[in-house]
Amino acid sequence: MSDITKQSLSELVKNIKEKKLSSKEVTKAFIDRSEKSKELNAYISEDYSSALEKAKKFDEKPNLDLKLPGIPMAVKDLFCTKNIRTTAGSKILNNFVPTYESTVTQNIWNEGAILLGKLNCDEFAMGSSNETSFFGNVQNPIDKNLVPGGSSGGSASAVAGQLTPITIGTDTGGSIRQPASFTGIVGLKPTYGSCSRYGIVAFASSLDQAGPMAQNVKDCALLQEIISTYDSKDSTSVDFKRNEYSKDLTKNIKGKKIGIPKEYRVDGMPKEIEELWQKGIQYAKDCGAEIIDITLPHTSYALPAYYIVAPAEASSNLARYDGVKYGFRAQGENLIDMYEKTRSEGFGAEVQRRIMIGTYVLSSGYYDAYYLKAQRVRKLIKNDFDEVYKKVDAILTPSTPSSAFKIGEKKDDPVSMYLNDIFTVPVNLAGLPGISIPAGHDLKGYPLGLQIIGKAFDEQNILNIAYAMEEKIGFKNKINDWWIK
Amino acid sequence: MSKVKSEYLINRKDNQYEVVIGLEVHAQVTSESKLFSTSSTKFGAEPNTQVSLVDAAFPGMLPVINEFCVKQAIKTGIGLNAKINNRSVFDRKNYFYADLPQGYQISQFKDPIVGEGKVILDMPEGQKEIGIERLHLEQDAGKSIHDLDPQSTYVDLNRSGVALMEIVSKPDLRSPDEVSAYIKKLRSIMRYLGTCDGNMQEGSLRADVNVSVRAKGSKDLGTRCEIKNVNSIKFMQMAIDYEANRQVDLIEEGKSIDQETRLFDTRKNETRSMRSKEDAHDYRYFPDPDLLPLEVSNEFINKLKSEIPELPDDKKKRFIKDFKVSPYEANILVSDIDTAKYFEEVVTKMGKNKDIKLAVNWITGELFAVLNNKNLEISQSPISSKNLAILVNLIKNGTISGKIAKTVFELMMDGDKDPQKIVEEKGLKQQSDPKALEALIDKIINDNRQKAIEYKQGKEKLFGFFVGQAMKASGGKANPQLINEILKKKL
Repeated sequence: MSDITKQSLSELVKNIKEKKLSSKEVTKAFIDRSEKSKELNAYISEDYSSALEKAKKFDEKPNLDLKLPGIPMAVKDLFCTKNIRTTAGSKILNNFVPTYESTVTQNIWNEGAILLGKLNCDEFAMGSSNETSFFGNVQNPIDKNLVPGGSSGGSASAVAGQLTPITIGTDTGGSIRQPASFTGIVGLKPTYGSCSRYGIVAFASSLDQAGPMAQNVKDCALLQEIISTYDSKDSTSVDFKRNEYSKDLTKNIKGKKIGIPKEYRVDGMPKEIEELWQKGIQYAKDCGAEIIDITLPHTSYALPAYYIVAPAEASSNLARYDGVKYGFRAQGENLIDMYEKTRSEGFGAEVQRRIMIGTYVLSSGYYDAYYLKAQRVRKLIKNDFDEVYKKVDAILTPSTPSSAFKIGEKKDDPVSMYLNDIFTVPVNLAGLPGISIPAGHDLKGYPLGLQIIGKAFDEQNILNIAYAMEEKIGFKNKINDWWIK
Repeated sequence: MSKVKSEYLINRKDNQYEVVIGLEVHAQVTSESKLFSTSSTKFGAEPNTQVSLVDAAFPGMLPVINEFCVKQAIKTGIGLNAKINNRSVFDRKNYFYADLPQGYQISQFKDPIVGEGKVILDMPEGQKEIGIERLHLEQDAGKSIHDLDPQSTYVDLNRSGVALMEIVSKPDLRSPDEVSAYIKKLRSIMRYLGTCDGNMQEGSLRADVNVSVRAKGSKDLGTRCEIKNVNSIKFMQMAIDYEANRQVDLIEEGKSIDQETRLFDTRKNETRSMRSKEDAHDYRYFPDPDLLPLEVSNEFINKLKSEIPELPDDKKKRFIKDFKVSPYEANILVSDIDTAKYFEEVVTKMGKNKDIKLAVNWITGELFAVLNNKNLEISQSPISSKNLAILVNLIKNGTISGKIAKTVFELMMDGDKDPQKIVEEKGLKQQSDPKALEALIDKIINDNRQKAIEYKQGKEKLFGFFVGQAMKASGGKANPQLINEILKKKL
C-alpha cells in the first residue's frame, strides 16, 4: 500500500485491525512523508525513532480492541508530553521537558496511539497565522508562502499535508477552526469543560479548549470521543454524559433547525464568503434541515471583549515564566533585572503585546472600564445564544471572513490579524462547541470553511450536521505536494 | 469591685492621643495537604521536599480546591460568630517574587468565604467586643532565604500553597493589651475548633498590624500605617507602642503621617518604612479562571455547625454556673482547650464529695508552675488528671495536710505516681488521733514550762512556737487543726 498517508484515520484503523497494515508500516509511512516535508516546518520536535520502537512493540502484541491501535500521530506543542520537550512555540520554554503528561494526550496514548512529534504553533497559541512561533513560519500545504492559519498552524498543515492522520489542537478564539478552514480540513472546538485542560500550557484559562483536527468528520468524532473525559484535576472540567460520538454519528438531520445569524454578514466580507455561506444553507436544506433567520445582536462586541479577556488572563497565566524555576533564564544584575531580561528575550513581540494589554486592562482604575465591562459583554453574548437556542438546534456561519493569506501580509497589522477571529471568537466567549468543515474554494483555489455552532455539550448534533453536509459538499482538498522535491 | 478603665493613651504636653488598631491575622489552616494540591504541609521538612507540580507552577498545572480547608475556614467563621457566605470567589493577586512560583497568589478579594463576625475579649475592666470584618482563604508563598550564600538567594517552596485564613478585624482595638487578648482569644477559638494550631514560632499565626492615632475623643480615623508580618504577641505590642509614639511625635511636630507599609525591626525595636502608598503594588486582582466560584449550601454549613464543639465563651459560662468558679478562674481554665479538658477530668474523677475550689487552686497554682518550669503543655503534664483528683481528695478528707500534699505532689511527678500509695509508703498520713496528739503536746509543754508560763502571762506570740514544736515532733504529719484545738485547751 503505497498511499498509506492518503488514508483517513478510519481506513487506517480498519486496515490495522484487519492486519492488512502493521503499525510499523503506517508509522514509517508518516515518518517518511514528514521527513520529506521539512519545508512545511510543521514540527517543532520529532520523536521518530521512539515512535518506530513503539510501533514495533505494538505489532509484537497488538491490542486491536483499542480505538487507535498503533496509529501514529503528532500533536500541537502546547500539550505537555512526558519526557518530550514541550515549548508552546516559545523561546522561554525552548529547553522545557515535562515530567508529566496532559490528560488529553494521555487519553490518546491509552487508546493505542503513538506520538510522532510536537507540532508548531503560534507562541503560547497567540496568533492567527503561526507567524508568532519562535520556531518559524509554517507553510500551508495548499500553496507556497501561504499561512496555515493559527494558532494550531502546524497541526493543520500536518493533517492537510498528510504528515499525521489526525491531530489535536487547542482553540481559544478560533485556533482550531480557522487553520482547519485555511487548510481544507475538519476541526472541532468542543464545549468548554468537555476536554481537560490539565497539562495544556495555558493561554486564556476561561477560553482554552483542546479539540480534534482530521481529514473528515468521522475521524474528528472518533478523536473527540477519546479525548473528552471528565477530569478531577481540572476544576472547570464538566461531568456530563458523553456520547460515543463516532458510533452515534448519523447523517439523518431531517427537521433539524439551523439558524442563520444576520450579524455575521460583516462589512467588507468578500463575495465568495457570502456565496459559500449561501451554498452551505442550500446544502443544509438539501439534507432536510430547516433554515431559520436569527439574530445575535451583540456579535460585534465579541472581538473587542475577547481581546480584553484573553490578554488579561494571559498576562497572569504567563507570569510563571520568570526564569526562576524552569525554562529560559537570562543573566541579570539582580532579581528584577533577571526578570526583565528573561521575559524581554524569552517572549516574542505578540506575546509581549498581549501581556501589556492584559496588564493594562486589569490595572486599578482601568479594571471596571475594560475587564469588568468585557465580562458583561461576554454574558450578553452568551444570553444571545441562549435565546436563539430556544428556536434552533445549531447555527451555520462561515468559519473565517477570508481564505488563507500570504506569509507576512498581515504581520505588522495586529488589528487586521485579530479580525480573522471574528466568526470564531463568540463561540469561545459563550463556551459553546463549534466545528469547521471545508466547504469550497475561492477563486485562487484556496479552501474555505463553514462553521456549525451547537448548544453546550451537544457535540453530537453538530458532528451529525457536519457529517451530513460533508457528504453533500463532496469537498476535495487540492494538495499537489509542492514542497516535496 | 470598682471598674477602673485602664485606658492606653499617649500623653504629650497638653494633648492626649488614642491609638486605633486593626489586625489582619494570617492563620495557617490545620490540614494534611495544601489548599490547591495534595502536597504535605508538615513543618520542618527538608527544603523543597513537599512541593508538587502545582505548587511549583509548572506549565499546564491547575489548582483543585481542598474541601477540608474549606470546612476548616467555615468552622472558624462559625467560631467567630460570623456570616458564612454561600458563594465566594477565588481571585488572583498578581505580583512577581522569586518565592511566588505562579506569579500570583490565589486569594479571595471581593467575595470572601466568611463575612462579618465578632469576638469577645475579657479585659480586666470588663468584656469588650471586637468586630471581625471578614475571613478569607488564600495560599501561602514559599520562603526566600538570603543568608545562605553571599551571592544568591535560595528558595524553599515547602510552604508554597499552604492554606491560610486571613482574619481581618475592624479597627476596634485600642491598646497593646487588647491586641494581646485578641490574638490569644482567636488562637483559643481556633485551637478549640482544631482549625489552626496557633503556633507562632512555626509561623502558623502571624499578623499585619494597622496602627493610627487620633486626639482622644475624636471620632475620625487618622492616617494608618501597616506593620507587616509580625510573628509574636510581644513584638506586636512593641511595634504598636513604637509606631503609635512615632505617629504622635509627627503630629506634635506639625508633620503629616504618610500612609505606608512598615517593617518591625525586632533587634532595634523600631518600625521602618518598607514602601509608601505611591509604591504600593497594583495587584491586578481578578477572578481566577481556573477555579469556579465556591458554592456551599446551607445544609453543608449546618452540618458543620453541628460538629462545632463547645467554645470558650460557652464553656466559661457553664464552668461558672456548674462549678461555681469565679469568672477570673473560669477565664484561665477555658483559655486553652486542653486545660479545660484536664480540669473537667479532675472534677469528674474527684467523685461525689469534691472540693472544686481546691482543685482549681492546685491546677492553676502548683501544676501550672511545674508546666511553666518544664516548658510543657498541659497535655504533656507529668501528673495525670486522675492522680491530681486523688491528691485533692486526700487533702479534702483530711488524710494529708496541704503542706504534706506539696511533698506528695513533688514525688508524684516521677512517673505519675498514685498519691495514695506515696502517702502509705512514706507514712505521710496525717496524725488525727486526739489521744496521741494530746500526749505529744503534754510532753512539749512539760519540756517548755518557762515558755508556757510566759504565754499564760500574755505573750500570745508564743502560741506559734508551740504549734511549730508540735508539727516538728510529729514529722509534719500532725493535723494542724487538732493541734490548735488541743494547745488552746492545754495552755
